[in-house]
Amino acid sequence: MVGRGTPSPSSWGLGDGQAVPWEYAPAPESRDIVQLQARYGLFVGGKEVAPRSGQWFTTIDPATEEPLAEVARAGVEDVEHAVGVARRAFRRSWGELPGRERAKYLFRIARILQERSREFAVLETLNGGKPIKESRDVDVPLAAAHFWYYAGWADKLEYAFPGRAPKPLGVAAQVIPWNFPLLMLAWKIAPALAAGNTVILKPASSTPLSALLFADVCRQADLPPGVVNIITGPGEIGLALVKHPDIDKVAFTGSTAVGKTIGRALAGSDKALTLELGGKAANIIFEDAAVDQAIEGVVNGIFFNQGEVCCAGSRLFVQESIAEPFIERLKDRLSTLRVGDPLDKNTDVGAINNAAQLAKIEELVEAGVAEGAEIYQPACELPARGFFVRPTLFTNVAQSSRIAQEEIFGPVLSVLTFRTPEEAIEKANNTPYGLSAGVWTEKGSRILSMVKRLRAGVVWANTFNRFDPTSPFGGYKESGYGREGGLQGMLAYLDLGDGH
Amino acid sequence: MARAVTKRADAAAPGPERIPVRKTYKLYVGGQFPRSESGRSYVVRSPDGTPLANAVRGSRKDLRDAIRSARGAFAGWDGKTAMNRGQVLYRAAELMEGRRDQFEAEVEAAEGIGTAAAREQVDRAIDRWVWYAGWADKITQLLGTVNPVGASYFDFTFPEPTGVVGIVAPETSSLLGLVSRVAPAVVGGNAVVVLASESRPLPAVTLTEVLATSDVPPGVINIITGLRRELVPILASHMDVNAIDSWGVPLEMRQSVEEAAVENVKRMARPPRGDADRFDWLDDRRAQRPEWIAAFLEMKTVWHPIGM
Repeated sequence: MVGRGTPSPSSWGLGDGQAVPWEYAPAPESRDIVQLQARYGLFVGGKEVAPRSGQWFTTIDPATEEPLAEVARAGVEDVEHAVGVARRAFRRSWGELPGRERAKYLFRIARILQERSREFAVLETLNGGKPIKESRDVDVPLAAAHFWYYAGWADKLEYAFPGRAPKPLGVAAQVIPWNFPLLMLAWKIAPALAAGNTVILKPASSTPLSALLFADVCRQADLPPGVVNIITGPGEIGLALVKHPDIDKVAFTGSTAVGKTIGRALAGSDKALTLELGGKAANIIFEDAAVDQAIEGVVNGIFFNQGEVCCAGSRLFVQESIAEPFIERLKDRLSTLRVGDPLDKNTDVGAINNAAQLAKIEELVEAGVAEGAEIYQPACELPARGFFVRPTLFTNVAQSSRIAQEEIFGPVLSVLTFRTPEEAIEKANNTPYGLSAGVWTEKGSRILSMVKRLRAGVVWANTFNRFDPTSPFGGYKESGYGREGGLQGMLAYLDLGDGH
Repeated sequence: MARAVTKRADAAAPGPERIPVRKTYKLYVGGQFPRSESGRSYVVRSPDGTPLANAVRGSRKDLRDAIRSARGAFAGWDGKTAMNRGQVLYRAAELMEGRRDQFEAEVEAAEGIGTAAAREQVDRAIDRWVWYAGWADKITQLLGTVNPVGASYFDFTFPEPTGVVGIVAPETSSLLGLVSRVAPAVVGGNAVVVLASESRPLPAVTLTEVLATSDVPPGVINIITGLRRELVPILASHMDVNAIDSWGVPLEMRQSVEEAAVENVKRMARPPRGDADRFDWLDDRRAQRPEWIAAFLEMKTVWHPIGM
């Protein structure tokens, strides 16, 4: 029970806003392992090429705002070139290659990612701002695991869909976000290649570097030229790519607004489309929940990757009978979060990915205050430079307020309360989104009842923010359609024959 | 006027000519048979131009009422056991079987085909209900998985219905095409609003009479007749419709329908290009498939820690 018994290790018994009463020695990961080029061209046809557009842009480290490298800004002529190259690779080599041979390339890629895992982790943190312990322990190993998992499917597709004749769709255009650059690349490329498609991937404009390092992995794996192509640039290039008439398949992960733009752009075409869009997940704590685990789950749910996660548990629903002590425990826990240098191995909350996102988070935090919610932020010091924001908790939040309705995509938690399971369900489902949800209770039958009634594609029970290549992920309602991961994730890249 | 349905009765009438009682073809919404609130109708003709009947020209309000009915019925239908849903749909096939002659006469008149061909369409439509009814308690095992995640969690994925599905029924195949699109959506637990074939709506209306006396709960299947150019855009843009089956959407409307459907990220099931009107609904291998049930299902993944 909250407030009674032995204090858990996670509860330091501190008052509001106090800093942890000891210092952590700095434990920075060395960035020497990453050898940055001054300039990165596009990766088309198996080699790095200068953009035909002749344009470049600078990519930065969001923790310091220092430039890291120049990156090609692809133009429509580069899109044209990449699509042609991918089409030829599909026709001439990859589409005809037996599954067992495709598999071996994917296994190679998985192995190389494992071998170069530290380099990828450091680069991902440098360019994206996420804590090194997350890129090291989550992003990179999971990315490798996705290639490993889908490698094994490449020569077993006839068993995956018995009685069908699964065939690749052709050339896939894949547009991914900046919150998990390498992991999203793996979610997209691994099943596409396993199915026999060729791909053109456009990473987010603020985080191109791990994808460009992945180009080097493709070279090391001797992947046939043109099977994987990576073009960098702003969102409008992504749109030009998905609209190209010679694209057969479009996969997008990102905001619901951009997903709708892509959906409209593809209306009336024959392109296959899967969308993994925004979310506003409810994380529901019942009075009989195991509180220590629930506190950790709530913190992981909203502060993992600075809350820049489409499935983040951004709406906390606490049963009224335990709300007060639970929120106090939560505030205590927030005060122990270490915010700062993403390369420091002790850092819990790193830098916000980019200036525009920081401005959006700050605007919504201000809106929360203006709408009468009560704000709590621990008194941690933020670095003088870079894009940082304090972990933020709002109580006294109205269901209708912007911070309870809109996807913030930052370390901002809105706390609401409920009395009955029915009320929790009604409030949890009262959103156009339906990506994920969390339930915390020690009663098994209640978990299963909540699982059934929550309109969300992933339900974490007594846990949160877990991912695995074997586990299908994707949304209900305006959180998109199609699944990534697992056997179900293969479907997005296959034609089972005989039309749709 | 309803010549098609009474054709046999006319021929068999002995003695002084009996004046047949004609049927009024109505909408089917929430288990009721309303006429359109708009009071409009349109003349339905056979392919050779013979007038067959007046069909209701459903309005925006009729369609919205149907969507509201479907939404209201969804939770109850989804909440039934899978076996129960299968039995309820099988019951609809039983009742169709008893009306084979009537369906045959209507399909013959509506599609301008011979008696034997019409009989084949009707028989296959009944068999298709039975085929899909049997999937009710099997599709979850076909599509669901237990996922061997690389950590100490029990992780599984299973399908759930998308919600309210708007079905623009195939235009040429008045009964078999309609059944082939409605059955997969309904067996998965969705509630549906169906726009019947605009030019051949009468067999669909007769199907509603079967549904009304079956155990299919009111609101689970709603059928509207009317003009596609009026009704399809409303269905496609309605924010409480979760998915659109666009087999009957005219090619020239396809882009605008898909644009409108994006607004609330509707799921789309569409025919291969140019194939909708020529599709051979008698070809079991192509025309009945579990993927068509899956098209209106969402996959839900659940994680739980394993521990003492």
